[in-house]
Amino acid sequence: MAELTKQGIGRVLAKQGILIAFVVFMIGFALANPRFIAVDNISGVIRSSAILGVMALGVTFVVIGGNLDLSVGSMMSFSTIVVLDLHDKIGPTLAIPAMFGLTLGLGAFIGFLVGYLKLNSLIVTLGMLSAIHGLTLTWSGGQNMDIADKSGTWFSVFGQGNIAGVPVPILIFAGLAIVLSLILSKTPFGRKVYAVGGNGKAATFSGIPRARIVFLTYLISSFCVACAGLLQASRSLGSQNTVGQGLELEVLAAVILGGASLLGGSGTIFKTVIGVLILGFIQNGLLLMGLAFYVQYVVTWVIIILAVWLDIAAKRGRLLSQIA
Amino acid sequence: MTDQTPVLRLEDIVKTFPGVRALDGVSFSVLPGEVHALMGENGAGKSTLMKVLGGILQPNEGRIFIEEEPTVMTTPVQAKAKGVVFIHQELSLADELTVAENIWLGELPLKSFGRVNWAKLYEDTNAILKTLNVGFDAKTRVGDLSIANQQMVEIARALTVDPKAVIFDEPTASLTDAEKVVLFDVISDLQSKGVGIIYISHRMEEIFKITDRISVLRDGQYRGTLNTRETDEEEVTKLMIGRSLDLSRNESHHEMGDVALEVRGLSCGKLYQDVSFNVRKGEVLGFYGLVGAGRTEIAETLFGLRDPSAGQILLNGQEVRIKSPIDAIANGISLVPEDRKGQGLVLGMNCRDNMTLPQVDDLTAGPFVSDGAEIAIFDQYRDKLDIRTPGWRQTVGNLSGGNQQKIVIGKWLSMRPEVLIVDEPTRGIDVGSKSEIHNLIRDLAAQGYAVIVISSEMPEVLHVSDRIVAMYSGKVMREFTSDEVTEDSLIQAISGITADKVA
Amino acid sequence: MNKDTLLKQGAIWAFIVVELIFFSIAGSYLSVSDSAFMDFDNMLLLLKQSAPIGIIALGMTIIMINGNIDLSVGATYALSAIILLDSMTWPFMQAMGDWAIPLAWVFALLTGTILGAINGLIVWKTGVDAFIVTLGSMLGYRGLVFMYNGEQPTSHLNWTLVDFAEAQFLGLHTATWFLLGAALLLWLLMTKTVHGRNAYAIGNNREAAVNAGIRVGPHFLWNFMLIGFLASLSAVVFYSESGSVNPNDGMLYELWAITAVVLGGTKLTGGYGSIISTLGGVIAIQLLRKGLGHIGADTETVNLVIGLILIAVLFLDRQLNRKGKEELKT
Repeated sequence: MAELTKQGIGRVLAKQGILIAFVVFMIGFALANPRFIAVDNISGVIRSSAILGVMALGVTFVVIGGNLDLSVGSMMSFSTIVVLDLHDKIGPTLAIPAMFGLTLGLGAFIGFLVGYLKLNSLIVTLGMLSAIHGLTLTWSGGQNMDIADKSGTWFSVFGQGNIAGVPVPILIFAGLAIVLSLILSKTPFGRKVYAVGGNGKAATFSGIPRARIVFLTYLISSFCVACAGLLQASRSLGSQNTVGQGLELEVLAAVILGGASLLGGSGTIFKTVIGVLILGFIQNGLLLMGLAFYVQYVVTWVIIILAVWLDIAAKRGRLLSQIA
Repeated sequence: MTDQTPVLRLEDIVKTFPGVRALDGVSFSVLPGEVHALMGENGAGKSTLMKVLGGILQPNEGRIFIEEEPTVMTTPVQAKAKGVVFIHQELSLADELTVAENIWLGELPLKSFGRVNWAKLYEDTNAILKTLNVGFDAKTRVGDLSIANQQMVEIARALTVDPKAVIFDEPTASLTDAEKVVLFDVISDLQSKGVGIIYISHRMEEIFKITDRISVLRDGQYRGTLNTRETDEEEVTKLMIGRSLDLSRNESHHEMGDVALEVRGLSCGKLYQDVSFNVRKGEVLGFYGLVGAGRTEIAETLFGLRDPSAGQILLNGQEVRIKSPIDAIANGISLVPEDRKGQGLVLGMNCRDNMTLPQVDDLTAGPFVSDGAEIAIFDQYRDKLDIRTPGWRQTVGNLSGGNQQKIVIGKWLSMRPEVLIVDEPTRGIDVGSKSEIHNLIRDLAAQGYAVIVISSEMPEVLHVSDRIVAMYSGKVMREFTSDEVTEDSLIQAISGITADKVA
Repeated sequence: MNKDTLLKQGAIWAFIVVELIFFSIAGSYLSVSDSAFMDFDNMLLLLKQSAPIGIIALGMTIIMINGNIDLSVGATYALSAIILLDSMTWPFMQAMGDWAIPLAWVFALLTGTILGAINGLIVWKTGVDAFIVTLGSMLGYRGLVFMYNGEQPTSHLNWTLVDFAEAQFLGLHTATWFLLGAALLLWLLMTKTVHGRNAYAIGNNREAAVNAGIRVGPHFLWNFMLIGFLASLSAVVFYSESGSVNPNDGMLYELWAITAVVLGGTKLTGGYGSIISTLGGVIAIQLLRKGLGHIGADTETVNLVIGLILIAVLFLDRQLNRKGKEELKT
């Protein structure tokens, strides 16, 4: 924290703004309703944020690498439907790896298109959003998918179980967050993701295989989606075809809220987790205040715009002092 | 001439950015019908001054007079309306639009309901194009024009108003000789109409050919105005850099080793053809030529960024195939690219991470990057190259150009390459750092590296090279040793005049 | 017009012709119904069904030519629809009888225009990227939709309105007339007016436009108001007939609209694109939907096919624009 003393308060504010906003926000809600900070409430919020959160972890890699992923929502529907369907057909032990394999295959396809063929990621993943949705509907025949024997399967452990009193979804979310955070911040691969997103040309001129790095970010993203699908399927043991619809943009909102730039090269897993939690706690806080879930949409909107605006303003300030 | 009213006069212009005085009390005036050169090194404040004149930046102090009327210009449009037109060096054209739309951008002629008056637009445009004597018409899509013709479109923009003063910023940078003639005709035509011209250029021969007076800036300060007829290059240079230009050739030759890199008959489509040369260990090979002569493209080919259409590349006598920068690095070839900010650095990353980027895979402890190993490398090359930064955490974008360039050089030196290619090593770098980088290049050769230096600055190639390859339009024209080279023969070679014609 | 532009602008129409031929031939073997695919009434219906997404896509073309994007149109569409239907139940409006209809339209169109203006103002004044701004307002406007009537559908059926919406003039449905009318006006706007030409210039080279004195912020504001207006016009056209709106209506419309625009060849980076080609893109998508249905494919395959076609178009476009082997490999 030696940096703290060197930098002015303003700098710290700009840099850690999202964290500070989070703390202020938590205190505010806690004052309004003490139940807000009860352990079971907090645990409940994190648990219900886990699915969105796990997906956001993967998308963070894609965004830092300088691309977008709009396909995660429909891909999550796909993995949920597939694992539920296969559960009854080949049993959960085989269904889970099969689902992971198929989802990773989709991620690899997107990674190939964006990384190796260098196609625009916005349009590719937009196309894949639609295509995977079609795939899901074809797989399910347009029907909802349910596990026949809901009480007799151990499959529910991922979404509903507890280990040492901690809900499994939280453990999975936290475990993934720690592992992915280490990968992103400590490994050579993570460094290369930042380089490719920060300046793809310079990365190429430094001998970094840009295409492969981008490919891998999509693979990671699809792995996270598969985990999210597993959580979703295991929690409800039955699902609609459209369970992940619209999540792609909420996920992106969480990542942006965490401070990752859409231009690539900046952001961290930690900040994304904060972004996810902010969204989760807003929803929860508003619910506790007796407001309907949709009020959070409006609040989220305002917060995103403010967060990004402040970020831009702070960068502008820094830019001016850079010329000096 | 002195009794004329200047079309444009600046008085004590000061422009500060936080912490720096980019312009410090600059005054000068342009008379009607005069071509007034503005000279200075990169970073001397020319472009800031021009932005102030063009209404893009506002001065903090000082006044601008147009025909002795004090004037404030807050936007480029206002400046243009007042008769001051700025022709940008970097083309600012919309290439999907037509020539006419580009020329009248922002002021398209109107009919009712906000409709464009196309008939008038094309008529007016063709009238202007006629005076410029160009081979395209108003309806041509700008993206379909050559760079030189796009430059002419840029110039045509100046003629949509009755200009009082026109600022040309390095207009000939991308023009051929024939196109330059047309440009100079346009300038003399404007001159005869009593328009004052401000002409920014680095090319002495042009300055002495077409200008009447020369004003010089150095470090944001006005250094004086000279009458072109009464001065010479040396005096101007002295004003610009504060001492005489060092056109000395490289005298020190090191012990040379074997041929490190040899290129035989290398071609890449239309970019360059049949290029052959070699460079020994301990030798600096200079590549000199105009922009677009194919030098950078050769470097990019050697670094695996372009596929050659013919020819061989031999490293230490062995033929190698280089398909990607990864291959090149594995073979010990490194490239310090021409575009430092676009290709050399990830500006948002810190100094250390930029420097260790190509070898981050090898600096690991277990699965993670080893902080210690990275910092050790950074410290070593910071000291070796004398990189001035508060610490490795500093974002590279915050460093000066010279220090940034040293980071890029350090990045490749730490890879211990056998062949180091340096493309425009001192572009946009201040005078002090320039000579440091020149010394560094000589040092590297002394340590046994084979170095290739690509430069468009003659003093630079003369100064660092043991041998010089002169290129013209994709072909090697001649090769000189540093003992036999003369400025004249070098200029002739890069202008496409072959040696036997001269002889 | 040279060969290059002919190729670029003709591609989508050629694609439509290929679709028509394919579905006609394939349909004669596979069709589940007796009627031919290229049936005149079928084609008229197709145009009518293209209208809601089509009108939005036209606006999206302009936004994308600007180099921006608008993800909030679906929510704007839904909110305008709610205002349209709900306003007719307001006491003073009911008192006006059928005269309430034009007023309800005005309210709906005003809603869209205001929502668009909010986006435009934020983009202008904060300098935040339009993608993020409209991503936010997509959520925010959807929240407003829910706040209006909870999770209940909003319904109001006005038979005069339904008659109007179902009317056919010169064989074309009301909705089709709105689509064609909007396309014509916007085509005129983009090709004939200074505003339109400036839109291209800004998308093509923003810095040059700024230097030439074009006020980019207000320009964006106008265009966001325009797409907001068009999103509500689309709602007016559709809900005049259906009379009931669910709070989830219009979801993913932004993605469909963008798909149509990209199929029509508009450049994602801005500066290039055409209203007429977008119309082609809209028709091509609708044709695909109907065609696949006609040859008995499941409706779900439509999504799959459209997604893959979108990617294929992107791939082809890149292949066509390659500079050959000499290109720098970065």
